[in-house]
Amino acid sequence: MKGPPLERYAAAQGAERRDSVRLGSKAGHDARSVAFARDLSDPDGLRVLAGRIKQHVLEHLDTYLDQAERRMTATGAEVHFAADAQAARRVIATILERRGARRVVKAKTMVSEEIELAAHLEERGIECVETDLGEFVVQLDRDRPSHIVKPIIHKNRREVAATFEGHGLGAYDDTPEVITRRARAFLRRKYLDADAAVTGANFVSAESGRIVLVTNEGNSRFCLAATRCHVAVVGIEKIVPTDRDLAVFLNLLARSATGQRLTAYTELIAGPRGPGQPDGPDEVHVVLLDNGRADVLSGDCREILRCIRCGACLNVCPVYRQASGHAYRSVYPGPVGAVLTPLLAGRRLTGWSDLPGASTLCGACHEVCPVDIPIEELLPRLRARAARERAPASAAGIGAWSLLASTPAAWRAALAAGALFEALPASFRSRASGPWGEHHDPPAWRGGAFRRWLDERSRGGA
Amino acid sequence: MTDDRRRVLARVRAALAPLRDRAPMPEYADDVAFARDVLDGRDLVTAFVERLTDAGGLAFVDPRALGAWLVDRGARRGHCDPSLVEALRPALPAGIAVETRFERARIDDYDFAITRAAGAIAETGTIVLGDATTSHRLAALAPWIHVAVVGRSTIVARVVDALRAAGSDANVVWCTGPSKTADVEGILVRGVHGPGEQVALVVP
Repeated sequence: MKGPPLERYAAAQGAERRDSVRLGSKAGHDARSVAFARDLSDPDGLRVLAGRIKQHVLEHLDTYLDQAERRMTATGAEVHFAADAQAARRVIATILERRGARRVVKAKTMVSEEIELAAHLEERGIECVETDLGEFVVQLDRDRPSHIVKPIIHKNRREVAATFEGHGLGAYDDTPEVITRRARAFLRRKYLDADAAVTGANFVSAESGRIVLVTNEGNSRFCLAATRCHVAVVGIEKIVPTDRDLAVFLNLLARSATGQRLTAYTELIAGPRGPGQPDGPDEVHVVLLDNGRADVLSGDCREILRCIRCGACLNVCPVYRQASGHAYRSVYPGPVGAVLTPLLAGRRLTGWSDLPGASTLCGACHEVCPVDIPIEELLPRLRARAARERAPASAAGIGAWSLLASTPAAWRAALAAGALFEALPASFRSRASGPWGEHHDPPAWRGGAFRRWLDERSRGGA
Repeated sequence: MTDDRRRVLARVRAALAPLRDRAPMPEYADDVAFARDVLDGRDLVTAFVERLTDAGGLAFVDPRALGAWLVDRGARRGHCDPSLVEALRPALPAGIAVETRFERARIDDYDFAITRAAGAIAETGTIVLGDATTSHRLAALAPWIHVAVVGRSTIVARVVDALRAAGSDANVVWCTGPSKTADVEGILVRGVHGPGEQVALVVP
């Protein structure tokens, strides 16, 4: 199978998987459309506003980071900075080891996937259990999430039931209710036995220092009700200026992700548990992670950092629907991933250069984006960058061509000599013209036709 | 770690330095994200109850109706916030045992818990909990049925109003309907880790 990696992954999908992804993403998009039309008087105006707020934050991130750090510290949280994944893992491991934590429960966080935290903690002998149902299944299967909001959108109930059976979580039963009850019973013990909880954060308010976490299952709430130590890993781009702005983002996030007015559990956390409250952490750590974000900020695609991880662009994308999330080979799939993954990878696109091509540039992702990211404008910028990076390989060819084109005599000779190309055997000719030539016959050589016409025209004196 | 702080902030500053015009903070009205129709000709309680029901929750205004419903749901034992038990005991049928303590070691013994809400949001049907008002975070979460007692006057219209009301409480939690998932084939299942029934008892 030829073609770029994404196309190879996509082509290798089975029919069952393709159906799961197509139906799941369509359902998500439909729910979003209904919620936007039903509730909001000016949904597009709200998306644009949210985008402007986030863009403002990004372009003042130096001051907002400083402010957010001070305000979070004032709530009693301890703030750490991590320049890269390795630093973040080290900070988190140190916090946990200092407390002697052996067992950790984890709420769904994309950024912890990004830094491959769970595997790292397991290596250090710290059990790290995913508590989001989808992420739990992914962990049992040693699979990877394929969607930002619905990690197992690529699996059907039979696969999940088989996984549970294989891990001793009851006899095979593929009723979603039964699967959920079994996860409830199993994970409940994990929460109660855990020494610490690791979560992400959807937003951080620079005004109050509150970190905001949303989950539908209530798993992050359970993490923070049952354990005594909370570690939140947060990308530096997650800041919003004031608490009031959270109303804009929370109203958009749930509607964009699942069509709900609000996610079932929205937590606004300001440091350790309050006075008199028996449950909850006495220690709260926030790890602010760069890991390539400042580089993205310095480039011409910084708008992508507005992303609030709702998954709406995945659900609407014709390429995602066909290819499924795994084809994007990273934590962030779909249109947002096609931009973000190559950018976070560093200064060169190298192994990710096919991702910006994984789009029809139809702009549907932009139309549904709650922070109005012009993804279809960012992708061509990355395509151009990928092309520039490929260019050095053919520098010799370009050099020869430019010599030829700037020397009239050589150019005339080449035009005449081109006709010799036709005398070569067809098999050689198709090889010389690359993959295109495998299925096409090159047209007859017309080199010099213009010059001949011009000569005749001037001789005719017309 | 302080090294990382310096590095990250320096990188961010360097990234922003070449920008000549930085995007200003847009101005906007409080009701920009507000679903306006919710209050058309209705009071906050009616709107809240409607939206809570939309979100898969349930509301009572009569404590005795709540008591009967608990019996109907097969509830036999539950936790009640000590500050509420005196007022609610008469409404709870004799067959239901109520404990004012909530013991972590026995979380599966409680069929329900009744806790005090800090407020509610009409626009989204949301029950607002806080560390200052909730007797135990776990009690409001672990039992299958969670009943939050919402004072009529604590219901606000909009999400933005609830953000203003959050004050300095260390842990404000907005519950909008029961704990739920659609991870398996998009099929909605209630009661994943938290309550399968999210109930508000609206009191004067």
